[in-house]
Amino acid sequence: MKKASLIMMIGPLFLLGLYTFPLWTIMLGAPQYPDPLGINIHIDGIRDVNEFDIQNIDGLNHYIGMKTLPKPEEMWEFSTFPMVIGVMIVLGVVTGLLGYLKKVNYKWFIGWFVLMSVLGILGMYDFNAWMVDYGTNLDPNAIMKLANPDGTPMTYKPPLFGHTKMLNFDVTSLPATGAWLMFTGMMLTLFAGFIGWKNRKTISVSKT
Amino acid sequence: MIKSKYYLGAIAALALFFVGCQQGANNSGKGALASSAAEKVYVAPGEQDEFYAFLSGGYSGNLTVYGLPSGRMFKEIPVFSQFPTSGYGYSEETKPMLNTSHGFIPWDDAHHPDISQTNGELDGRWIFINGNNTPRIARISLKTFETEEIIEIPNSAGNHSSSFITENTEYVVAGTRFSVPVPQRDMPINEYKSNFKGALSFISVEPEHGHMDIKFQLLMPGFNYDLSHPGRGKSHGWFFFTTYNTEEANSLMEVNSSQNDKDFIAAVNWKKIEEYVNNGGGTKMPTNYAHNLYDESTHTGTTTMKKEVLTVDPLDVPGAVFFLPTPKSPHGCDVDPTGQYIIGNGKLSADLTVHSFDKMIAAIDGKKYDGEAYGIPILKFEDVLAGTVKSGGLGPLHTEFDGKGNAYTTFFISSEVVKWKIGTWEVIDRKPTYYSVGHLMIPGGNSRKPFGKYVVAMNKITKDRYLPTGPEMEHSAQIYDISGDKMELIYDFPTHGEPHYAAGCPAELLAPKSQKIYRLDENKHPYAVTNPADARVERKGNEVHIYMSTIRSHFTPDNIEGIKVGDKVYFHITNHEQDFDVPHGFSMIGQNTSELLIMPGQTKTSIWEPKQVGVWPFYCTDFCSALHQEMQGYVRVSPASSNIKLSWSLGED
Repeated sequence: MKKASLIMMIGPLFLLGLYTFPLWTIMLGAPQYPDPLGINIHIDGIRDVNEFDIQNIDGLNHYIGMKTLPKPEEMWEFSTFPMVIGVMIVLGVVTGLLGYLKKVNYKWFIGWFVLMSVLGILGMYDFNAWMVDYGTNLDPNAIMKLANPDGTPMTYKPPLFGHTKMLNFDVTSLPATGAWLMFTGMMLTLFAGFIGWKNRKTISVSKT
Repeated sequence: MIKSKYYLGAIAALALFFVGCQQGANNSGKGALASSAAEKVYVAPGEQDEFYAFLSGGYSGNLTVYGLPSGRMFKEIPVFSQFPTSGYGYSEETKPMLNTSHGFIPWDDAHHPDISQTNGELDGRWIFINGNNTPRIARISLKTFETEEIIEIPNSAGNHSSSFITENTEYVVAGTRFSVPVPQRDMPINEYKSNFKGALSFISVEPEHGHMDIKFQLLMPGFNYDLSHPGRGKSHGWFFFTTYNTEEANSLMEVNSSQNDKDFIAAVNWKKIEEYVNNGGGTKMPTNYAHNLYDESTHTGTTTMKKEVLTVDPLDVPGAVFFLPTPKSPHGCDVDPTGQYIIGNGKLSADLTVHSFDKMIAAIDGKKYDGEAYGIPILKFEDVLAGTVKSGGLGPLHTEFDGKGNAYTTFFISSEVVKWKIGTWEVIDRKPTYYSVGHLMIPGGNSRKPFGKYVVAMNKITKDRYLPTGPEMEHSAQIYDISGDKMELIYDFPTHGEPHYAAGCPAELLAPKSQKIYRLDENKHPYAVTNPADARVERKGNEVHIYMSTIRSHFTPDNIEGIKVGDKVYFHITNHEQDFDVPHGFSMIGQNTSELLIMPGQTKTSIWEPKQVGVWPFYCTDFCSALHQEMQGYVRVSPASSNIKLSWSLGED
């Protein structure tokens, strides 16, 4: 349980990376953009991949009536997410510590992992919902109003994961360093839970 | 009779057969050669060239940028000439760049570009070029590829032995081709002899920003100072100038200035003169010349008139100036990469004269003089001569070096480039040029470190090289591959204006630092609007200032009323794009000036003086986006007596 608890204490610390590294990256390349434009989605806001990318994406998007990319103060998520992550890191490390002091067992470790996974899925759902709104809630006075072959108005939701062709742009959306660090951290906590579970009998035997 | 007819027919057929064979052989031979040359110059779509080449525009007044080996032209940089394409010399910000002591001059004859150096190697900070007609030197940034500074040279005329730089860019040097009265005064022309002076100007270059300042002018005897080059390596600290018309003729020069068997190469120890000047030497002479400086943060040029120049009499600095006798009106004056050999290209002879720097120093130390000219010691020809290149060509003009011990000289009269070996002076190879070659250029070919892969020959006569375009046509250049023992002609391309000299450097020296945009948050132009909300129109008497911004694809504001006939309307336009290669243009109907082409983050100003009542449109001239055609606006012009209030708007009805 000592080993499991140590891993449990380390795992959540990987989430600290989210305060520096982007969670997600969306790149837009086109013939006239050989150096693609891109945005990095951090837990506290959207930033340029290269300087002025946001300004240039907004400049292009105004033709098709998309809203400008949100500033941190325009979305509650960007102030809430850093707090939620902070709470989860503290909670995870404390759980590991309590496990080390034998106050809680491995089930708490798995509990943290499940809670974090639920929050993660909710976060993804929220992110996707924003992208749907961003890509479909278009200005009725847009300069270019394009239609799909079936006559429905064309929408521009970026993919949550992977690549899509959007007019002249190739849009690629993938998890970035922050997400990979979070994933690694979460896997470590799951591993901690697994080790705790494997060793549960030894503990009970030694107790009797 | 019938029989003989058959015989004749057979012979004719046979003859045709042979002719056909021969033609076939010729074609295939040419084809194979052409295809290997094609591979050497072919830069596939999307690929980039190996070298930049900066060709002077001669009488276009500008500098053109090419790629090597493709011969593709990338840009024309306006320097001494108004350039309606971008508004250079037309916009309020750039008009001051063309000011001189003679007033605004819209043109010059741009001659010899030279890239800045550190330790004798190209460093790619700036490129300098001389205006020959109204003597000026320009400095062009190799980050923005824009002209940043132009300094006028007083007491000079025909600024031809310019603009060559010393090996740490301490000085850019400008010598006069025509000697003139110094200071200028009213006097009979035929009293030229011993009264006129030839000014050699040493212009210091401030290392951080490149700002130029005339440190001193050496007032030499009234010869014609034709071309020059700096010493390098061991001869660093010296500068060499070819002279002609040591006869000091003032009329029918083509005959009268060609009578002396030998003219001179003037060797100037500028370090010695610099020391003399730093210790308070020299005479301050009142004069008047323009110094024009462009500020990148305000996007604006300003002119300062300078009233004084420091002159130095060569006789006041003993041991600073010597004459090296050189046969037959030498033109080009070139120094090899080691700094040991000074080549005088005697344009009226078949031979090249090569002087030795070591021998020159020995002769000076031994005080072995062969008389003097106006008090300046003349060294003995035999004492300084290193060797003579017996070329067999005619009319040598210029020499460049490949850094592998070879030199390449152009021969104007015999239309060829001759390759010869430094030290043995033997001719290794010769190839024709098309036609009458002037200068030639090897990237870095006049530095300590040449990149001896290609030589570009710049020709004065084009004739039949391209599809004819009437009596007037562009000049022509040829590219030779010089990586092997023999030169190989691999490409032929037209050039713009009349390239005199050129300068080249490896692409990687400049491409990575080439600027993409101007930052809007660093724009300090007094009339810039950095936020569209600040766009406005202000009236000061009959001057109206329009603070306008542009972004794809509209002007802010685009409807303006309250302008009156007789107003002087200033359009101050700021491009709010911060994206690479998205300029916006501006043009107003009936405007007596050129358009503006405004780069991202830049502000430019154009004046319009409406003369007629009406509603007059303006538009963006650069196809900036799919909505470019919509990028337009209107100005309402009312009678002078009208009292319509000044108003402006965007997107309102």
